[in-house]
Amino acid sequence: MRREAPQKLTDYAPLAFPAIMLTLFFVIPFGTMIAVSFFQRQQGGFYTPAFVLSNYERFASLFFANVLGFSLMLAVLVAICCVAIGVPFTYLLTRMSRRAQIVWMVALLSVLSLSEVIIGFAWSTLFSRTAGITNLLVALGLMEKAVALSPGFPAVLTAMVYQALPYTILVLYPALVRLDPTLTEAARTLGASPLRAFFTVVVPALRATILATLIMVFIFALGSYLLPQILGRPQHWTLSVLITDQAIYQSNMPFAAAMAVFLVLVTLAMVALTLFAGRKREAAA
Amino acid sequence: MSVFLRRFYFVLVGLFLAAPLIVVAGVSVNARQTLAFPPQGFSLDWYIEIFADTGWRNALFASLTLATLSAALAVAIALPLAWFLWRRIAPWANVFQLLGIAPFTLPPVITALGLLTFWATTGFYGQPWTAVISHAIFFVTLPLVTLSLGFSAIDRSLVEAAATMGADDRTIFRTVVLPLITPYLVSGYAFAFVLSLNEYIVAYMTVGFTMETLPIKIFNALRYGYTPTMASVTVLFVVLAAVIYSLIARYGDLLKLLGANSEEKP
Repeated sequence: MRREAPQKLTDYAPLAFPAIMLTLFFVIPFGTMIAVSFFQRQQGGFYTPAFVLSNYERFASLFFANVLGFSLMLAVLVAICCVAIGVPFTYLLTRMSRRAQIVWMVALLSVLSLSEVIIGFAWSTLFSRTAGITNLLVALGLMEKAVALSPGFPAVLTAMVYQALPYTILVLYPALVRLDPTLTEAARTLGASPLRAFFTVVVPALRATILATLIMVFIFALGSYLLPQILGRPQHWTLSVLITDQAIYQSNMPFAAAMAVFLVLVTLAMVALTLFAGRKREAAA
Repeated sequence: MSVFLRRFYFVLVGLFLAAPLIVVAGVSVNARQTLAFPPQGFSLDWYIEIFADTGWRNALFASLTLATLSAALAVAIALPLAWFLWRRIAPWANVFQLLGIAPFTLPPVITALGLLTFWATTGFYGQPWTAVISHAIFFVTLPLVTLSLGFSAIDRSLVEAAATMGADDRTIFRTVVLPLITPYLVSGYAFAFVLSLNEYIVAYMTVGFTMETLPIKIFNALRYGYTPTMASVTVLFVVLAAVIYSLIARYGDLLKLLGANSEEKP
C-alpha cells in the first residue's frame, strides 16, 4: 500500500490521541511556564497573574552573569573532553566485531540510563576520603594519607564527562559506522601510518559530524542539574541547578520560569546551529 | 594504531566507566554501616534491606509502578503517531513528531518546570497519576524514534500484497505490520521503562512532596548522610539496566536500533 493523503476525516482518527496528549501535556505546560515567567511574585511562595518584566530584569546582575558564564564554560569543557575521548573510541569501536560492539553498547547504555542521583552518589563515594580512590594511591605508596577530592571543580567536571561520554559515543556511532572503510584503506596503501590516516582522513571527513556532536553534548551538559550540586561548591552551580533551587527551595516560580525560558532560548539557538551545520554537511556531500 | 595501543585505550575508557560502579559495589557489601573501600567484612544485608525496610520497599514499588505505566502510555502515544506518519502523506503532522522529540532534547529541568507550573495551575499538583503522564510525555521520544525506525524498515510490497488481496487497514495492521514492528515496540518500551526508573527531576518536581520514587529516596537519603542501602540500590539498578539491554540485544538488532546498518545475513 502506498502512502496517501488522508481522504476522509476519519483517516485522521489515529492522530487524535497523540495530538491531544502532546498538546495538553507539553504545549500547554510550556505555555504556562512562559506565562508564569511574567507573573508577579507574592510573599510566601505564591504568585499572581500580571505582566511584569522584573523576573527578567534580575538577569542584569553580576551574580547571574557569573552563573551563566560558568554554565556555558563548563558545558563547553565537557563537550570538548567528551568528543576528544569519544571520536577515537567510537571509530575503533565500529572496527570491532559485532559481538564486541554489542557488549560495549550494552555497557554504555546501562551507564547512560543511570540516574544523575546515582552518578553523583557513585562519584562522591569514589572521591571520598574513607572509600575513595586516594586509598588506592596510599596502598600503592604514592600518597601519604587519603584525602577527599570533592567538592571541587575537577570532581564536577569528571562526573559530567562520565555522564555525557556514553551519550557522545551513541551520537557519533551512526555516522562513524557508515564511514566508508576504503577511505582509510586508501590512505594506508599510500603509506600513511594508522594514526596519520585517522587524523588526515577520518577526522576531516567527519568535521561536520564532530561539530554537530559538540553542540549536542553541549546542550546535554547544560541540562545537568544535580552533579554540580552534589560534587561542587555553590560557586560551581549552573543555570539548571539555580532553576531547580529557585523553584523548589526558594519558592520563586516566576524567576525560575524566567530562567528556564532563557535556557530554552540558548538551547534553541544551539539546535539552529546544529541544523545549520547539518545543512552545510549535506551541501558539501 | 597498533593492537596494543588500541587495547590500552579501551581498557582505560572501560575503567573510567566502571570505576565508580566498582567502588559502589564494594561499599554495598560492607559488614557494618560504614562508607569504606575496600569493604570491611562481607555481608549482603544491605540488599535484603531494600526489601525489608518499608521506606525503601515502597520507593522501589513506586518506581516500578511509575515506570511500567508511563512507558506503556508513552508507547500508546507513539504507536498511532508513528503509524500515521508512515501511512499518510500529511506534512503538517510532522509538527507532532517534533513535539514528541522536543521534551527529550531540551534540558530536562525545562520540561520538569513546565509540568510543575501546569499541575500547580490545574490543581492536581502532587497526585501520583500526574507523574505517570509527565514521564510518558518526557520519554515519548524513545518509542517514537524506535517505532519510526521500525516502520521505515517495513518492505512496502508486503503491505501492498495484503491490500491487493482485499485486506483493510485494520487487518493489515494486525497481521502484517504489528508482527514486523514488535521488536521495535518492545525496545521502545524498554528504553522508556529503564529511563523512567532512573528519572529524578521530573518526578521530583511533580510528585516530590507526596511520593518517593527510588531516585528521590536516594537523593533525600544523601542529604541526611550515608546509608549503605543507597549503594545496594545503585547496584540493583545497574544490573537491571544491563539485563534489559542485553535482552534487547539478544532478541533484537541493538546495533541497528543505534544507527548501524542491519546485520548481514550469512
